[in-house]
Amino acid sequence: MRWFSIVLLLILAIVPPVAFITGHAFWMDLFTRLVVLAIAAVALNLILGYGGLVSFGHAAYLGLGAYAVGIPVYHATYGGFDSIASYNGFVHLGIAIAVSAVYALVTGAISLRTRGVNFIMITMAFGQMIFYAIVSLETYGGDDGLTIDVRSEFPGINLDNPLALYGLCYGSLVLVLYLVYRISNSRFGLTLQGARSNEERMRAIGVDCYRYRLTAYVISGVICGYAGFLLGNFTTFISPEMMDWTRSGEIMFMVILGGATYLCGPVIGALVFILLEHLLSEITVYWHLPFGLLLIASVLFLRGGLAGALSNPPWFRKDRSSALASDTSTAASGTATKAPTRADDDV
Amino acid sequence: MDSILFIQLLNGLQLGILLFLLSAGLTLTFGIMDFVNLAHGSFYMLGAFFCASLTLATGSFWLGALLALPLTAIAGFVVEKLVIQHLYRRDHLEHVLATFGLILCIDTLTHLYWGPEGIAVPLPAVLNGQIELFEGVVFPTFRLLIIGTGCIVALGLYLLVNHTRVGMLIRAGASNRTMVSALGIDIKALFSAVFALGATLAGVAGMLIAPITEASIGMGNDIIITTFVVIIIGGIGSMKGAFLAALLIGMIDTIGRSFLDDFFKVLMSSEAAETAAPAVSAMLIYILMAIVLAVRPQGLFPPSSR
Repeated sequence: MRWFSIVLLLILAIVPPVAFITGHAFWMDLFTRLVVLAIAAVALNLILGYGGLVSFGHAAYLGLGAYAVGIPVYHATYGGFDSIASYNGFVHLGIAIAVSAVYALVTGAISLRTRGVNFIMITMAFGQMIFYAIVSLETYGGDDGLTIDVRSEFPGINLDNPLALYGLCYGSLVLVLYLVYRISNSRFGLTLQGARSNEERMRAIGVDCYRYRLTAYVISGVICGYAGFLLGNFTTFISPEMMDWTRSGEIMFMVILGGATYLCGPVIGALVFILLEHLLSEITVYWHLPFGLLLIASVLFLRGGLAGALSNPPWFRKDRSSALASDTSTAASGTATKAPTRADDDV
Repeated sequence: MDSILFIQLLNGLQLGILLFLLSAGLTLTFGIMDFVNLAHGSFYMLGAFFCASLTLATGSFWLGALLALPLTAIAGFVVEKLVIQHLYRRDHLEHVLATFGLILCIDTLTHLYWGPEGIAVPLPAVLNGQIELFEGVVFPTFRLLIIGTGCIVALGLYLLVNHTRVGMLIRAGASNRTMVSALGIDIKALFSAVFALGATLAGVAGMLIAPITEASIGMGNDIIITTFVVIIIGGIGSMKGAFLAALLIGMIDTIGRSFLDDFFKVLMSSEAAETAAPAVSAMLIYILMAIVLAVRPQGLFPPSSR
């Protein structure tokens, strides 16, 4: 798995710039989107894979981050709201991070009081709340969206250059992966994983799981908000549609498809997702149908995601017991604390 | 002002009834199968489309709606047999993902068969008018029909669950599945029937809203989140909670959208009120949800057996 991840990151580092220099700008665009969504997926994986918290509202952070670029630029161009009007990238970045952190802290504090299904639905509902709030802001285009006239300005780097933008996104992905790697192996990360596997035991040894979860939730939200900041700079057109709950579902699908609890799982998931989306939509306008079928099939047959299948290929499994063993290590994809109460399922 | 308030209260009641029809199905599938169905809104959409097509084909809304009922039930039954059945033993995350895939499939199939445009449903003359409820208060007849139908369905559901043998099995299945199947009940058939029933209820809601909004692709995806808010506030798995929360949300959403800007104008400049009111009224039910959860994480009326 480790070698595969390194190869994957090398491919992402080499292929898009080469494609761009040889005149295939389209692939550069596709990969920039891929890398940005991969950052969001890695952020979600921090709480979903390692924390066992199934958040269905992560697209909201992408939107918040993108509007943190869009709104100051809008005011800098058309006047009004002098306190936030700016083209300065650091201002945008600051707003994106501050807003995502506050939003994550408030919604996390409330939704983490619940477990399982409630948590899924509540994060979904909060995400939709932001969606409707942005839709109703007529000043910023409401439903129709907002065009970002000028990209964030940083000293020494021009984001209008696709190569520079990709470099920034790719560098960010590598940094975020390193950050999540360090977090998942730190005392904090191990506590988080402990809370996922057995909350009662963690409580018995004196750990306040709620605080660890909330911290992880905020970290994940901030990283996702940062991905939104990159997305806004990449697309230069933002609309509430990018934070619809179906977008959250797509990010989640990337994580599960690639393999939650694997560091690079979400990156694999994002890669396969974006390429599939591209290929299928080339073939037919009804690409959602095969895509949906693949999603259902992957849930039914591909447990542990692609990363799980790669590190433990089905044709390598000697017997059911080893397959089961690998399942328990990857079963984290969800409400692991539920396991003991589900004995009555054998109907 | 008073008659406007009264009419808005009736509108709120009508929205609440629709939300109840939707949340009743979700509550049944969650309460009994422990299954989270994101694709519930798809049956709402299918009900609307079936009803629209059949109304246009037969020329009668009554006949169209009547024929659409069994069709929606069959759609629910088939989906349960093909996909849902295999997911009961999986965890909630997998339910959510698979039913998310179902939404994509059903939306696209609808697009393939009916095309991208919405379909308007013509109403018979009897239903298309307005009724003067009392001096100076007129209300569309069809909206009254929605309220009436909803109340009848709610009553029927109450009788079914509490006073019939099937209802007894449903309640027993909700509290102890293993025991029910050990007593010789075909739990698979029961699950299929309950899922089809839930789908039909959602379909009824779709049929009732189609003449007002028209049947359109994606109509289910918007309302499903509101339905989630309803069952979260009511307490997941509780039918009584779903009913009361649906009415509450229906009222608050409608009243908020119609009167919040007037209320804000008392507090701030009218310009600021006109900017803030739409945003706040769109967020109102979510804010209510946040407050309820902050005080009672399990919802207002959590079922006692869980």
